Amino acid sequence: MKTTAPWAFEIQDLNSWYGGRQALQKISLLIPERRITAIIGPSGCGKSTFIRCLNRINDLIPGFRVEGRVLFKGQDIYDPTMDPVEIRFRVGMVFQKPNPFPKSIYDNVAYGPLIWGTRKGPALDTAVEESLKRAALWDEVKDMLHQSALTLSGGQQQRLCIARALAVEPEVLLLDEPCSALDPIATARIEELLLELKKSYTIIIVTHNMQQAARVSDVTGFFLLGELIEFAETKRIFTNPVDRRTEDYITGRFG
Amino acid sequence: MMPKRSQRGRIGEGLIQVLLLFCGILSVFTTLGIVAVLLFETIEFFREVSLVEFLTDTQWTPLFADKRFGILPLLSGTFLTTVIAVLVAMPVGLLSAIYLSEYASEKVRPVIKPLLEILAGIPTVVYGYFALLFVTPLLQKLIPSMAGFNALSPGIVMGIMIIPMISSLSEDAMYAVPQSLREAAYAMGSSKLQAAWRVVVPAAASGIAASFLLAVSRAIGETMIVAIAAGQQPRLTLNPFVPIETMTTYIVQVSLGDTPHGTIEYKTIFAVGTMLFVITLGLNLVSRWLRERFREQYG
Repeated sequence: MKTTAPWAFEIQDLNSWYGGRQALQKISLLIPERRITAIIGPSGCGKSTFIRCLNRINDLIPGFRVEGRVLFKGQDIYDPTMDPVEIRFRVGMVFQKPNPFPKSIYDNVAYGPLIWGTRKGPALDTAVEESLKRAALWDEVKDMLHQSALTLSGGQQQRLCIARALAVEPEVLLLDEPCSALDPIATARIEELLLELKKSYTIIIVTHNMQQAARVSDVTGFFLLGELIEFAETKRIFTNPVDRRTEDYITGRFG
Repeated sequence: MMPKRSQRGRIGEGLIQVLLLFCGILSVFTTLGIVAVLLFETIEFFREVSLVEFLTDTQWTPLFADKRFGILPLLSGTFLTTVIAVLVAMPVGLLSAIYLSEYASEKVRPVIKPLLEILAGIPTVVYGYFALLFVTPLLQKLIPSMAGFNALSPGIVMGIMIIPMISSLSEDAMYAVPQSLREAAYAMGSSKLQAAWRVVVPAAASGIAASFLLAVSRAIGETMIVAIAAGQQPRLTLNPFVPIETMTTYIVQVSLGDTPHGTIEYKTIFAVGTMLFVITLGLNLVSRWLRERFREQYG
């Protein structure tokens, strides 16, 4: 794979289990900085499990276990001396279903800065405004910041969740099928936003929508039954896949 | 033979339906009957005592020669013991709920929760004697001037009694908060405490408030503990160290004595009972409304 970018993540022989069931098998790959990496594959192929390993959010699931190394900027995030709280501060995440807190729009975005020590006041106001602008939501909500976030549409809620994640000023943004609950117009807005955000962030997006992967990503990984089948520049994956199974999947023969 | 059997089934079904309906109606009519009796005797009471005197006079002496009918001393007694109980139960109950819902492992929770709920199953008369014979002497070592009968000791014990009510209902509310909100909090680098305190508790706020109100209404209606350990002296005071009398205790006191049917002393029971009923009914309605609002949020 040809790319000049340095690596955000270097993953080596990553295995993982939920209880006795193995979910990932010997995954090794390099994720470039300030690029969009797409992870595709049919349901249950381990793609969500994979990105949930990158911020250790799966630690919350009882019985979850990993082996192997996940180097983030050269540091193994599963090293016993690493604090998962700090990893999650540097690696933000947006989930499949928009999950705003039942609080105001402002309080949703302010949550991260507040727990990381920003005090209420002008600095916090600026942080909230900046994040909402970066998530392309500011113009729509600037006059209703103190309304409940639950009054927003699904697409707006998902952009709010992106703004909320950005407010912590992470280095990486993980997105786990962020558009699966959204209509095509809201989806297009999020994709536009991701292309804008990759100028400053490393983005990893899990998607079951191959067109989406083709439209937004620079590199793509194809997962099947917990294994990484193929990982390459997106253009190559979609025009000239090496593995037969990748070709079958992208041409719609299964999945 | 099929039709016969299904016909018999239909008759049986009808009988059961009538029986069930009867059971349902029975409890409804019992409630209505109680309310009717309360109201009837209360109206009789207010033929002899004005509502203004009842609500504003500062003396409650219906059993003495110089009769005064101000409910304020009884209200203050109930208020005092309830506030003390709630001050004990709210923090402990809420913190136990946070522990159970957010910290306890899947192995520990099913052991601790029923253990806590055992507290609610202890007969209140046992709590009463626990307050009078154990807690009061203990407190008197710290506060020598405290009377043998007082509001503090039964208040604290009542608080212990209602802890499981708060912890159990609050835990249900917190457990019902979608896991996706916790994940969102953790994904921003929240600690466990931050996720619990800043996300889960606010998200479950209406359910928690409902549990508080239900516990308050339970404390207001509690009878045996205060009857045993609080003394029986209606006194308009907020001093927790002296004997007082609650509304419930007064009702016990008069019901036990040989108050002749139809006298004004007899009618006071119903006036006080109505007052108690109105307060707890109001609290239960608000609590129910809050719980429904909570359910709507996460239905």
